[in-house]
Amino acid sequence: MPKPEHYVAPFDENEMAEVDKVKLDEKPSNLWRDAWRSLRRRPLFYISLAAVFVILLMALFPSLFTDVSPDKGCLLVDSNGGPTEGHPMGFTRLGCDVYSRVVWGARTSLAVGLLATLISGVLGVVMGALAGFYGGWVDSVLSRLGDIFFSIPYILAAVVIMTTFSDYRNVLTLAFAIGGFAWASLARILRSEILRVKSGDFVMASTATGRTKFGTLISHVLPNSITPVIVYLTLSLGGAIVAEATLSFLGVGLGPDVMSWGNDISAAQTSIRTAPMTLIWPSIFLTVTVLAFITLGELVRDALDPKARARG
Amino acid sequence: MLMYVVRRLLQAVPVVIGTTFLIYFMVFSMPGDPILAMFGDKTPSPAVYDALAAQYHLDQPFIVQYGLYMKDLFTGNLGTTFSGEDVGTVLARTFPVTLKLAAMAIAFEFITAVVLGLFAGLRKGKLFDNITLVIGLILMSVPIFVLCFIAQYFVAIKWGWASPTVGADTSFANMLLPAIVLALSLFTTSMRLMRGTVIDTRSRDWVRTAYAKGLPARRVIPVHVLRNSLIPVVTNSAANFGVLMVGATVTEGIFNVPGVGNTLYQAIIRGEGPTVVSFVTVMVLAYVAINILVDLLYAVLDPRIRYA
Repeated sequence: MPKPEHYVAPFDENEMAEVDKVKLDEKPSNLWRDAWRSLRRRPLFYISLAAVFVILLMALFPSLFTDVSPDKGCLLVDSNGGPTEGHPMGFTRLGCDVYSRVVWGARTSLAVGLLATLISGVLGVVMGALAGFYGGWVDSVLSRLGDIFFSIPYILAAVVIMTTFSDYRNVLTLAFAIGGFAWASLARILRSEILRVKSGDFVMASTATGRTKFGTLISHVLPNSITPVIVYLTLSLGGAIVAEATLSFLGVGLGPDVMSWGNDISAAQTSIRTAPMTLIWPSIFLTVTVLAFITLGELVRDALDPKARARG
Repeated sequence: MLMYVVRRLLQAVPVVIGTTFLIYFMVFSMPGDPILAMFGDKTPSPAVYDALAAQYHLDQPFIVQYGLYMKDLFTGNLGTTFSGEDVGTVLARTFPVTLKLAAMAIAFEFITAVVLGLFAGLRKGKLFDNITLVIGLILMSVPIFVLCFIAQYFVAIKWGWASPTVGADTSFANMLLPAIVLALSLFTTSMRLMRGTVIDTRSRDWVRTAYAKGLPARRVIPVHVLRNSLIPVVTNSAANFGVLMVGATVTEGIFNVPGVGNTLYQAIIRGEGPTVVSFVTVMVLAYVAINILVDLLYAVLDPRIRYA
């Protein structure tokens, strides 16, 4: 059997050289750039982003969408009336324009949802980071505290708080009632992520060069374990909006004069047989908003998880 | 196993103390008069006020108040509802109804999640998988009370397939609609978990070995893939139980199912603070108990947990 000839391709015929040349022109890849690149290829990303943008616009500038007042000049003549010229979604039981109320209601949902997510985010990050990084008794105390908060479903806790604070119902107390009990799962997620990250060589290098433990936590450990936090917070924004609507629906939200989708759905339930659309329109807006945020969260999670990306 | 049970029960002690303390603290040590606050914009009669002050031991220092409240809780003295009925009696009457509704909901949810999750996992990336993913995403986004109203309006009022409210007749057929609504609200997490586990299990060595032995797919899928994928979905019911309790409160309220959730719903709607607090406490304790049971179940199903 003749020996196969050992052939070495000249460097410029080598396919790898071509590949390397292309790679040299590219910017070095990192997690965030890869994530952004994979997000840009998903049509759903643009759809949900557009929906979020429209809802944000509605919350900030409701008058861009409607000139009709949501709560003034309502005529009982129009009670539960169907759509007419200038009032595309008909009228509520009190004769107010459904479309206008739905537009103005976006503000409450977003304000409470964002604030509650912010509160649970700050609490969860502080608790999870301290517990995971310092370990020992700090971890024991904070983790047991987290277990306690984890054992109370946060809507039930918010019901108790809002019933107790019935005299002080405003956006801030409602956001605290929701966010103040929703942080425990985030703290758990971040704690385990930090446990994984803190054994890395770069953490030891940071303390070895004289940085304090707290400084290392802030400048090296946290930035390297923040991805699950971002994913969790995007997803829980949808949950916070649902919580606000549920509490308003139960009558322990922001009080009946405040325009909110939950309040409107609650008010419309008595007319479900005669004027179902007054109930269905705010429900659609509420669901689409939550759907947009949850889809965005799911896409961000897929994009930030290299393993999921490799699986295809 | 015994050691594990003991350890798990001991872990629950601080949680039970902590949760009850937290609820008690939220309600009774806030600035202002806690009893007046519980009534919202209504004013209680002096007799009711004094009775409540005695019932919650408000004449004692805070820590003593809490101790006495815990003693009441564990001797079964849960206080009275607004209409003067003993909370324990109300629970005895309403709990079986809620249990039935929850069992129906979990059964529906489990069966659909396992079947659809299995097929989605086996056909990963195909049309069926994508359709179930989108449906799951939508079901995850619809708040439970919206789902209730949609079901009530279309299924019951418009098409007349079911009665819009349940009322006193808590037969299987009559509770079908609320149970399905509850099941739909729980469906997505279980379905996704099942799908993910099936995808993971399918690429395991023992599945490849089974195929290599010449077993047909109709035996490999049910025996080797399905059975080994079930544990996470079974234990996921713990996470679902919290959702189920909030869901049951709203669902039972809207469909007028005479269960625990409906009692809480009516109390919330009417702003009856003391009743709300009693029922939330009971629900939280039930949640803690279910979590312990599920952990034990997990240990029975998966020996690795016991020795960890």
